[in-house]
Amino acid sequence: MSKDVWVVVETLRGEVLEITYTMLAAGRGLADGLGGKLTAVLLGHDAEILASTLGAADSVTYVDHAALADFTPDAYLRTIAGLVKGAAPRVVLLGYSSMGMDLACGIGIELDTPVIASCQTLDVEAGKPRYVSLTCGGKVLAEGELPEPACLVTMVPGGYKPQSGKKEGAPKVTRVAPPTALDDLKVKLKGYIEPEAGDVDITKESILASVGRGIQQRDNLKLAEELAATLGGAVSASRPVVDQGWLPTSRLVGKSGKSVKPRLYLALGISGAPEHAEGMRDAECIVAINTDEKAPIFDFAQYGATVDVLKLLPVLTEKIKQAKGS
Amino acid sequence: MEMTVAAVPTTDRSFYDEVLEATAQGDRLKLCLQCGMCSGICPHGFAMDYPPRSLIAALRADDFEPVFESEMIWLCVSCFACTAVCPAQIPLTNGLMARLKTEMLLKGKVPSELRTALENTRRYGNTLGESPRRRAAWASDLPTPVPIMAQVKEPIDVLWFVGDYASYHPRVQAVSKAMARIFGALEISFGILGPDENSDGDVQCLAGERGLFELLAQKNGRAFSKYQFNEVVTTDPHAYNVFKNEYPGAGFTVPVKHYTQFLAERLEQLKPLLQHEQKFRVTYHDPCSIGRANNNNIYEEPRQLLRAIPGLELIEMPHNRANTICCGGGGGGNWLDGFVWERAHTRTSEWRVKEALDAGAQILAVACPYETPRFEDAVKSTGHEGGLIVRDIAELLADAIADQGRDE
Amino acid sequence: MNIVVPIKFVPDLVEELEIDASGVALDRTYMRLIPSEQDDHALEQALLLKERYGGKVTVVTLDTGDVDEALFTAIAKGADRVVKVLGEGFAEGVNNHAASSVLQAALKDIAYDLILTGTQAVDDLDGSTGPLLAARLGLPFVGYVTGVKQADGGVVARKEYPGGLVAEMEVALPAVLGIQAAENPPRYVVTSLVTEAMKTAKIEEVEAVEADSSGAAQVTRMYLPEPSERAEMIEGNVDHVADALVALLRERGLLA
Repeated sequence: MSKDVWVVVETLRGEVLEITYTMLAAGRGLADGLGGKLTAVLLGHDAEILASTLGAADSVTYVDHAALADFTPDAYLRTIAGLVKGAAPRVVLLGYSSMGMDLACGIGIELDTPVIASCQTLDVEAGKPRYVSLTCGGKVLAEGELPEPACLVTMVPGGYKPQSGKKEGAPKVTRVAPPTALDDLKVKLKGYIEPEAGDVDITKESILASVGRGIQQRDNLKLAEELAATLGGAVSASRPVVDQGWLPTSRLVGKSGKSVKPRLYLALGISGAPEHAEGMRDAECIVAINTDEKAPIFDFAQYGATVDVLKLLPVLTEKIKQAKGS
Repeated sequence: MEMTVAAVPTTDRSFYDEVLEATAQGDRLKLCLQCGMCSGICPHGFAMDYPPRSLIAALRADDFEPVFESEMIWLCVSCFACTAVCPAQIPLTNGLMARLKTEMLLKGKVPSELRTALENTRRYGNTLGESPRRRAAWASDLPTPVPIMAQVKEPIDVLWFVGDYASYHPRVQAVSKAMARIFGALEISFGILGPDENSDGDVQCLAGERGLFELLAQKNGRAFSKYQFNEVVTTDPHAYNVFKNEYPGAGFTVPVKHYTQFLAERLEQLKPLLQHEQKFRVTYHDPCSIGRANNNNIYEEPRQLLRAIPGLELIEMPHNRANTICCGGGGGGNWLDGFVWERAHTRTSEWRVKEALDAGAQILAVACPYETPRFEDAVKSTGHEGGLIVRDIAELLADAIADQGRDE
Repeated sequence: MNIVVPIKFVPDLVEELEIDASGVALDRTYMRLIPSEQDDHALEQALLLKERYGGKVTVVTLDTGDVDEALFTAIAKGADRVVKVLGEGFAEGVNNHAASSVLQAALKDIAYDLILTGTQAVDDLDGSTGPLLAARLGLPFVGYVTGVKQADGGVVARKEYPGGLVAEMEVALPAVLGIQAAENPPRYVVTSLVTEAMKTAKIEEVEAVEADSSGAAQVTRMYLPEPSERAEMIEGNVDHVADALVALLRERGLLA
């Protein structure tokens, strides 16, 4: 049985996505604990340069092909499944993400390999690799051993600081040919659509007042806007608010939206489900207001309160105004 | 707008025909003289592309699509002002507006907040989307124990119907706790349905969801029939209105009183207990649902209770009793503030707060669970924070009652 | 375009979650099961496509609990057929590997061009139903889809990436798409239409073949997060909390 750990690198338009570094941090610990090797698997076209940031791995397997220039589910799935079949690593890490989730289950079924999803941390205990996964919107944790002889794991951010998975340095890069034919693809990329240019770039704001379902009505947004204005920040939102059309997608924080690292993130009526958390958990200071004391947001906020956010906002705004002397 | 007002429909079955048939006492629509009393008295009439009179005209002209397109129907807050003044006694609120709101729902033209409130009702039995298992959580650990009927194995005097907001909304839970204290002080044998209680169905019914109302009536009706009690007393005017006027049609008739009626009947027993002076100038806001709605006409009992509180000076606002200004929360309105604001740029709750201040009041007394949060918001949004206090009559009474160990 | 929408019932997170006596699974005694939110979006997207291009929409679900009302609601919204798959032990919970194998068999006699299902559900521990089903059926899968339109020989799916970037993917049919959000929020359906559907519509029932649950995670412990790892909670009323926050902001130099 192999002891090797693989990380499937995610890239988008010439950049390595952050989740890759989380996986490298996790993978490094796992490989060291098992006594095996950590390999980063990079797919692309004329993209070998991207391997230079993958120094946390012992080696990089790079597959170059025109059909792999951009991520498409069919071409990537065939390629990675073929590589995994050939080398049979112990664990393959993929992102619990738009790309990773298109791949993991397909590879699992094709190779009859189990899949463990939504994993936050991995470690080795008595020589056996173990996982801890988040479930039920982050309200429940599940743990266990990684099945033998091999398994696929999709990872969520949060268990590791991406910094610890980033190492400069030139890992050994091995170019391999695509293991299977890449013709007659069932999914092809037609093109990209840029996100709407919003009035505000929330990734550049140092203070965000972020609203979730707890804001209840569109009418109540102005309470958050007043607070944000008083603090010199901006309003952002979780998915339910954007889905209702109360704020544009440019304000969305989370898996499908933006990742923000402001000095202050006020989570107002946000439950903190993983899809949102991954967009904001690295903020310097997180203050969460939610009437549900069991809301997952309190797991990674530094400060919290269970008062009614609609009552708090005007009072807080007023006190801040007084404190600022304006 | 040019319109032909035809008293006799054309040979093809028109939408007007459908409405006439589908609306209880719909035939009365034919009596409309287009006098305009309804449009004039409607609190949102000025903002409507088609105030009530024009709705009837549009029906008769068989030109209703523009009305649906304008979505103005959701500006109606089911306050019954139009119905109360109509000289032809047309069932405007209950009948026409509720029917038209049903049409809007069928067309999928419903603002998302209201949609969520209706979906929450369906799934959880309350508009707030809270767990039904926690409906009586407010009542645990109170100085006056609040019995839950499923645990009480004997007949009681009063089944207290609490309601959604009074069970789950933090501000209104305070009113429920005050009411429990009053029941305790009067030594009333009472109980609540707790997790067996579902939304009364009034706002859902008036918002066009007759089917949802009927499901709720079945659930509450069945809960009522499981237990033995003398009467239902409710702190919720909407529950009062719908139990009295709609539940019999759904097959359930229970004797019901609003809590102000119940307490006014016991004034002789209550008065000696009101020992703490409440030296305030207080004005009372008449809720639509126990007042002009369906001629429920409960006006004097709340005032009797307030006058019984030592030190309290009761003053009237110009719009009182049947002329009350709606807080804007009925018929789905409680979830349509954003929608209304975009069109009207004003709030009836703000008018009311200004009227209370102009009358010289320090306290605005209310008797309905939507009113406390709505008027408190209006106090803030008009910049009068600290200038006017909003309290339910139950809270004022509880404050006046001799010390029994206050709960925070 | 004939579309199949598999719907999965998941724990409603509004209710308190508890772990059962075994320590490895959720306690289902008081658990409320609701259709997965993204599956509601998948159904909405299917109905939008039906309105645009015609065809039939079939909803399929495993009989894991009180599923009938949701199926009648689907009919009231415009679905043409609703199928309930009965199986032993379903009420105790079914992992996605098992569910997808059951669905694979149930779909044998249903004609479809497209399968739409939620891209993920809140209790997915062993991958998601959509890509597992696609792999079993040998069909292409694209997830995180927020828009679908017909194109030559297939569909174009809008796939979301972080940062709000969208990729348009050309997908050959038949295929499975994982819906993140429909183009419109799921439509409201008036209660009287659901009540009517309960009287007039029929839920088709099929027996499940033996479920293949291999490939699922082994859980040795399931638990709720420890309170000690949580935020420092500020107690008290709104005034007190606001004061505490102002002090906090001042301390961190955020009131400049």
